[in-house]
Amino acid sequence: MTQIFEKLALYFTYPFVRYALIVGVLIALCSSLFGVTLVLKRFSFIGDGLSHVAFGGMAVAAVVGVTNDMLVVLPVTVICAILLLKSSTRAKIKGDAAVAMISVGALAVGYLLMNIFSTSSNLAGDVCGTLFGSTSILTLNKIEVWASVILSVLVVIFFILFYNKIFAVTFDEDFARTAGTPVGAYNLLISVIIAVIIVLAMNLVGSLLISALVIFPALSAMRVFKNFKSVTICSAVLSVCCAALGILISILAGTPVGSTIVAADITAFFIFWIIGTVRKGVGK
Amino acid sequence: MAQIICEDVTLGYDGKAVQTGITFAVEAGDYLCIVGENGSGKSTLVKTVLGLLPPLDGRITFGDGLRAGEIGYLPQQTIVQQDFPASVREIVLSGCQGRRGFSPFYTAQDRQRAARAMERMEITDLAGRCYRELSGGQQQRVLLARALCAAKKVLLLDEPTAGLDPYVTEEMYALVRSLNREDGMTIMMISHDMTAALKYADHILHVGACPFFGAKEEYIRTDLAKKFAGEGEK
Ligand SMILES: Nc1ncnc2c1ncn2[C@@H]1O[C@H](COP(=O)(O)OP(=O)(O)O)[C@@H](O)[C@H]1O
Ligand SMILES: [Mg+2]
Repeated sequence: MTQIFEKLALYFTYPFVRYALIVGVLIALCSSLFGVTLVLKRFSFIGDGLSHVAFGGMAVAAVVGVTNDMLVVLPVTVICAILLLKSSTRAKIKGDAAVAMISVGALAVGYLLMNIFSTSSNLAGDVCGTLFGSTSILTLNKIEVWASVILSVLVVIFFILFYNKIFAVTFDEDFARTAGTPVGAYNLLISVIIAVIIVLAMNLVGSLLISALVIFPALSAMRVFKNFKSVTICSAVLSVCCAALGILISILAGTPVGSTIVAADITAFFIFWIIGTVRKGVGK
Repeated sequence: MAQIICEDVTLGYDGKAVQTGITFAVEAGDYLCIVGENGSGKSTLVKTVLGLLPPLDGRITFGDGLRAGEIGYLPQQTIVQQDFPASVREIVLSGCQGRRGFSPFYTAQDRQRAARAMERMEITDLAGRCYRELSGGQQQRVLLARALCAAKKVLLLDEPTAGLDPYVTEEMYALVRSLNREDGMTIMMISHDMTAALKYADHILHVGACPFFGAKEEYIRTDLAKKFAGEGEK
């Protein structure tokens, strides 16, 4: 046991490890906050599509050779989020098809671009890293750390200020609209924020695993808690713990960060699922 | 002046008309029942009055100091997601959202309003319960309490008794009537239950091929009512 702590203490003398932990925890916090809304509004599909778009953006950024790829990825993802929302509110089926088209298209084009233009000798490694986020959280530079921190804090502040509106709009859009709430504007804002979260989370778990990071904590919390506030708080705490645990384990065991965090989330889901089932059984 | 005036309104979706020539006026304190066959456009009419859908033709005006956003709405069935984790208190309180405007948090006044609405609907003891675990009748009371939080003067109810057993249905009607008589709320209610419509309402709007609007007594004398009531009893 002491050996493990010594090893951890040693690792924490490296700034990149500290950065990874701070940024990882913040990103996990943000993504869990909007999990419930995403799941219940059936936005998870869009979230999945957007993460592929973010991958495409990343590929373009790599090819063009932008030093800070967030500058490309963020605007592209936000614009796609707005387009997807607009198309999905028009007609349900067409919206889903549009999501599939954009997401698969972005994935294919992204890979193609990387394949044709990449100067790296380890292409497969690069692609794998972008998809599964193998090490990018550990290679953040100072600017990226600050950008992530600022964006995360903004997302959290937004969530707290608009908590009641998000509830109203998620629970019953039509009712909110009749009561004079500008539902369209809030939907737009929510989807822009989801885009920001996805771009942030890409650093942590890679584009294929983002949905897991967003959805698992919310689903776990919904197994046990019965009101919106407890579910939100529980999924935030859960997500933060799983992220911290996942990062620490991956440092100690040398496993990929993203998949370790998601594995922790899955474990937590099963624990909560059991708790929920047992409780229901006892209640009866 | 009447609170809600519809003049020769055409209802529909995406430019395709569902029903034409709807004309009626609702005065403060009225109890209007909207009847008609399934698919005749009753829910569409309610959504159009609420501004969720644009009228394809004609005019809807609010008068007597009523403004959009001051109408309490009880949607048909619960489109509300079945697995939504929300307590009764949270849902009722969300009825105050409209009057909050851009300010982020509910005030003590809002909480009081929600508490009063819950008391009025006799669901105070359910406040901490999870919405999705309630019975159909309890869920309707919760949504009615939420509508009360939003409403200043008018309640628009879309088949509030659908799926409820006869006893709970009677309770629901009694609640709505007391809101009308004691609290002076204007009621517009869609109902497929002709007996109840004729028992409680003072005005009837029949949506269909040959539309009717007028006082209940007049409606009873029309052939329309006899035919429709006869069908309802079958
Ligand atoms: N979202 C929609 N888009 C297009 N048509 C619709 C929509 N909702 C309902 N309709 C059609 O409008 C007609 C009236 O529906 P509705 O107002 O729900 O009837 P009612 O409430 O009287 O039973 C129906 O023929 C229905 O098929
Ligand atoms: Mg209907």
